[in-house]
Amino acid sequence: MGTNEKERDILELRNISKSFDGKKVLDDLSLSIGRNEFITLLGPSGCGKSTTLRIIGGFVRPDEGAVFFEGRDITNLAAEKRNVNTVFQKYSLFPHMNVEENIAFGLKLKKKSRAYIQDKIRYALKLVNLEGYEKRNTTALSGGQQQRIAIARAIVNEPEILLLDEPLGALDLKLRHDMQQELIRIKKEVGITFIYVTHDQEEALTMSDRIVVMNKGIIQQMGTSKSIYDEPQNAFVADFIGKSNIIDGVMPQDRVVEIRGVKIPCVDEGFAARESVDVVIRPEDLEIRPESEGFFAGQVVSVLFKGAYYEIKVRTESYEWVSQSVSAPPVGARVGLYVLPDNIQIMHKPKSEDAEIIRE
Amino acid sequence: MKRKYFATPYIIWIVGFTVLPLIAIGASALTGDDGAFTWDNVLAIAEPINRQALFFSLAIAFGCTILCILLAYPAALFLKNFRFQRKGFTIFLLVLPMWMNFILRILAWQMILSKNGILNFLLAKFGASPLAISNTWIALMIGMVYDFLPYMILPIFNAISDIDEDLIEAARDLGAGGGEVFRKVIFPLSVPGMLSGIVMVFVPAMTSFVIADILGGGKLQLIGNIIEQEFMKSMNWHLGAGLSISLMVLVLVGLAFTLRNDMEDGGTAIW
Repeated sequence: MGTNEKERDILELRNISKSFDGKKVLDDLSLSIGRNEFITLLGPSGCGKSTTLRIIGGFVRPDEGAVFFEGRDITNLAAEKRNVNTVFQKYSLFPHMNVEENIAFGLKLKKKSRAYIQDKIRYALKLVNLEGYEKRNTTALSGGQQQRIAIARAIVNEPEILLLDEPLGALDLKLRHDMQQELIRIKKEVGITFIYVTHDQEEALTMSDRIVVMNKGIIQQMGTSKSIYDEPQNAFVADFIGKSNIIDGVMPQDRVVEIRGVKIPCVDEGFAARESVDVVIRPEDLEIRPESEGFFAGQVVSVLFKGAYYEIKVRTESYEWVSQSVSAPPVGARVGLYVLPDNIQIMHKPKSEDAEIIRE
Repeated sequence: MKRKYFATPYIIWIVGFTVLPLIAIGASALTGDDGAFTWDNVLAIAEPINRQALFFSLAIAFGCTILCILLAYPAALFLKNFRFQRKGFTIFLLVLPMWMNFILRILAWQMILSKNGILNFLLAKFGASPLAISNTWIALMIGMVYDFLPYMILPIFNAISDIDEDLIEAARDLGAGGGEVFRKVIFPLSVPGMLSGIVMVFVPAMTSFVIADILGGGKLQLIGNIIEQEFMKSMNWHLGAGLSISLMVLVLVGLAFTLRNDMEDGGTAIW
């Protein structure tokens, strides 16, 4: 990493390990986060994403490793002394204070002037579209409104980094989509680093500049939404980011993969001779053709209408495939399954048991 | 509306054991020996001997409540922060004495505090001079605080335990250190528990007479003792009822005032 790039980074986690009750939650995790980045830690529950966030927030001390903020070691700095603020999943607004008092909490502790605090409250409520809510009782607000207040309460302190711990997890789907757009807008307006934790892959793909996919305390893959979706580096990532068909195969030679005795052209090369691999095919890339034209033949076992597309399950001898298509064959029909060479991802098998893939 | 029938036992209970006795006491209080209506029994609270007992009761109940808060709050905080596995057991130990007969417990204090009691025996062992606190207000206060303390600890402990750990983290996240977290989050959120504790300690302390009887050696006159004597010794039920009603009204008015004041101060909405 060059010096210029180092300067851009606002936060660095270096070789962080953490165990709870002898169970390893984070295993030698290293991560650099750039200034003004919207970075998402994505993974299933128990993958260590929340612990990572809590280490950055100062609520958990790592067993090993260090946290650097603008090049300064803050590993042992108390939470209240860090220039980061958190938006909690359960909002955690103070029930004995009204909206205004909640937002002013951090500023009053910093002994800011009354006029400054009033200005900030007005600005923050405008930012989260809740102008005129100053005197409201927080317990009387809806979940979405409470979360907006929680965001306002954090933002007024002008943190360098805003930590968001599954902030939309408790909201219903429609509201969640609205709030995603809101958060992107707020991020643009305040221009600070957002570190976002979620288990919702769609949310991660929509909002992030960069996604860090985690499982079992290890970073599985880091990259932009598009690179993670299009080029998953292992079967776990492929499976976790969207539905996928993941099946065992071997590589008899470059650019050919063999699945259950069927040789299929692909674009991957550089594997050992007859190496066992995971083959990933996205449902939208699996085409349904007449029985004679596919690599595999099978029977349609279910068709689900999903709004913009149909989700079609096809059972072949070896596997139950999922395909997405705008048109659907009738249930019970015999069909062929076809995939373009470009749309096949070949992945090395995970080496350790820890990185074992999840299958449905 | 068949569900209504389920309420019947409770209605019988409330009518039989709350409403009717209150009416009986009220009727008794507002009549004289001749059966004619009179305010005399109710207004008797203003007579010097009764007034003195009332003020003494107020002072004792007030002091007892304050002492209970001062002792209970740290205890509740300590219990809450106890990392130790047996938190439930510790609370059980705290409550356990309440399952023993109340008179027995007070008699035990009489033995501890009396002139030739355990306390003075121990003091003598260490060469200290004996204390003459038996039959004084100090003994009364010790007995009352001992007896009512659990009623203060438990509601405060419950209120503190109910505070979401996330709120404490949120406060720290916003820059609050340990002392500020306590002042701005933990304490304000524990006030409802403390108010329940105050009601559960102040009211019984104000109206009790048994503790004063036993630990005061008959020398300490709380308003409760006077009422008891009117009923049991002087057999003047009208006067006893009149004093009881006055006391009840005073306590209700005092509590209503205290609790409403708290609400206006932006405290809790629980009352």
